[in-house]
Amino acid sequence: MSKPSLTDVILRRCPVTGLGVDPHAERFIKLHAVVAVVTFLVGVVAAILLALTRWQAVHLLPADWYYRLLTAHGLNMLIFFIIFFEIAILYFAGPVALSSRLPAPRFGWLVFGLMVAGAVLVDVMVFAGKADVLFTSYVPLRAEPPYYLGIILFAVGALLGVGHFFAALVVAKREKSYEGSVPLVTFGGLTAAIIAVITLLHGAAVYIPTYFWSLGLMNMDPQVYRLIWWGLGHSSQQINVAAMVAVWYLLAGLTVGAVVLNEKISRWAFVLYIGFISMASAHHLLVDPGMGPAWKVWNTSYAMYLAVLASMIHGFTVPAGIELGQRLRGFVKGRFGWLKKAPWSDPGFSGMFLSLLIFGFLGGITGVTVGTEQINIIAHNTLRIPGHFHTTVVGGTALAFMALTYYLLPLIFRRKVAFWGMAKLQPYVFAAGITTMSMGMTFAGVFGVPRRHWDISFSQAPFTMEFPPAVDLLMALVGLGGVTAAIGGLMYILVAVKSVFFGEKLDLERLEPRMAGVPQGVAKLPAQVHSGPAAEAVHEGGTPGTVVLVFVFLAVFVLYYFTNWKLLSMIWKIG
Amino acid sequence: MEWHTAVVSPRGVWWKPAGRQERLWIMIAFAWCMVLFAMMPFWHLKGGQNPSGIRSRVETKAFAVRVERFIQDYQVGEEAGIPVVAPPPGSDVYLQATMWAWKPVLQLEEGASYVLHISSLDVNHGFSLYPANINFQIVPGYDYGLEITPNSVGEYKILCNEFCGINHHQMLGKVIVVPPGTTAGAVGGER
Repeated sequence: MSKPSLTDVILRRCPVTGLGVDPHAERFIKLHAVVAVVTFLVGVVAAILLALTRWQAVHLLPADWYYRLLTAHGLNMLIFFIIFFEIAILYFAGPVALSSRLPAPRFGWLVFGLMVAGAVLVDVMVFAGKADVLFTSYVPLRAEPPYYLGIILFAVGALLGVGHFFAALVVAKREKSYEGSVPLVTFGGLTAAIIAVITLLHGAAVYIPTYFWSLGLMNMDPQVYRLIWWGLGHSSQQINVAAMVAVWYLLAGLTVGAVVLNEKISRWAFVLYIGFISMASAHHLLVDPGMGPAWKVWNTSYAMYLAVLASMIHGFTVPAGIELGQRLRGFVKGRFGWLKKAPWSDPGFSGMFLSLLIFGFLGGITGVTVGTEQINIIAHNTLRIPGHFHTTVVGGTALAFMALTYYLLPLIFRRKVAFWGMAKLQPYVFAAGITTMSMGMTFAGVFGVPRRHWDISFSQAPFTMEFPPAVDLLMALVGLGGVTAAIGGLMYILVAVKSVFFGEKLDLERLEPRMAGVPQGVAKLPAQVHSGPAAEAVHEGGTPGTVVLVFVFLAVFVLYYFTNWKLLSMIWKIG
Repeated sequence: MEWHTAVVSPRGVWWKPAGRQERLWIMIAFAWCMVLFAMMPFWHLKGGQNPSGIRSRVETKAFAVRVERFIQDYQVGEEAGIPVVAPPPGSDVYLQATMWAWKPVLQLEEGASYVLHISSLDVNHGFSLYPANINFQIVPGYDYGLEITPNSVGEYKILCNEFCGINHHQMLGKVIVVPPGTTAGAVGGER
């Protein structure tokens, strides 16, 4: 009789995916995901009030609460929601994806405790009005010292969480829980984790001195603060990009059996992220007085746009993988039969695909354009900036994480997805809202409408100042789109909370196709491995649909980019 | 040949050449990235709008003194309690940002060049010229000297587009661009 393997003793064998799930890892996925949703709720409530304030016809909040809730919105969404969720993803991408054990369950509690303590401290300070400094807290604007301490605690917790993930990889390798190389999803998670280390070290380098500065113990140079702060602020968005792309690959595989076109290419693209993406903190300093043109050109372009190249590679390989997966499932008609017959009523698929479209077409194109040294003159700190990043980090990352949630609920929480009809609709509502809002912001920004501004009617200013009437319309779009997106966000919260706490238990051994509350990829997992002559034939045919999609993308990119140069050439001469 | 999804561990040697379409796309994307990169140095050589400027550190007090001297030299009036200043074409112009005002009001000539020095005496501010939509970050302790050439007559507003405290939204300044030759008499602050 052979010795029982580790898997049989402590791991739960998932009947759907065949993966071995450590109950400790499962618990921490649940805990981090639940706290992520709670912080998301705080962010969504703030979002509604902010949208209804910037919509000048409504102008809901008083000035102090506008700036206070803007601070809270940024922190809860961009830091707490996203990073709690990312740590949950790392627990999946490490121990679960590799069918391994979690190396140090108690250490997991330390990570969770520090992150929660930090987040609570920050939120208490912000809502008490002791940190009205906005998300960026540019020195010498000053918050009360415990605010900075809260951020430090949270960041240390997150950094330790990332360390735990690295340890899990080492343990899995040593205990041979998998054969061959780590799966691409884990490789993407590893990329996100490495970028997270770079990011969090910048965070330490800026927040620890700032904490001492707030206590009056040392000086801080405002320009140096901006430089290092954006080493945290922008790099953290690159954790999101890497995590989001990993989630695209994951969901594409689970929902339609998308194949990896070429392991080498996709992994190289992730490596390019690690190598170059942190340079993008320069995007925020293009019209700053502290740096010269050579520094700006080199850094803003990630050393000749190598990180953009990486995203353009994933932008091809993800839809192409989906196309091939669909063709292997028999949807071979024409160029776009695979897309038409995709499981659009599976929120795991629709959310993932909408995230891909919004991130690529809106987020990527606007980001590269406004991140161009000279074009930034007509974009810096206007509404074009939030218009851009709400399509990357919200329409892209947050939507991808929502889509993933619809698979975590049955596979990890082992519950049916509650309010199934609403869940199927949710990605569309959220995507429509965030797209409308971001378009409104982007076009209002072209008129020079500032971001982070309570009153663009300037009713208390020394001079009169009026934007053209088109801006009123665009700001109404911002308000309506923002509220729509927030409704999509609340739908997500309702589904998640009901499923987790009051949901119907799901027996993964007894699944049937077309069960209400079970995404189709869970009910019947598509084939994850293909071989034989039929598969050869499909691969021979290539991906004609995706080829059209990427060239449409390139055409839009070229047009938008050069239109902006034209706009720039029309303003005053500046040198 | 075997294909798998991104959740499957690839076994054996997966270091294989990319497919034809994938390779083509990567080459096109790389070429586009080179265009994106080349545009920035190109604009420095041939374009008229670059955020370079003359950049230096400056003590906030020293900058405030410089602004006062500039106002004394070229003041031509006052608006909303803020001095209006008409410097001669080609001169150095000083603009000061504080919580929550821009000082002074500038009167410039169309088609003339000036070096516009902007700095802050307290926190970060955002220089945003409306409706030209020209935006720069103003950081305390740093003098941003931008060579500017106004290209059309009219009244412009300076918004602040970096959060600078509770009354950030009240911070509004003004630039008046007049036809060429209009400020000739203002040289030396004689008017």
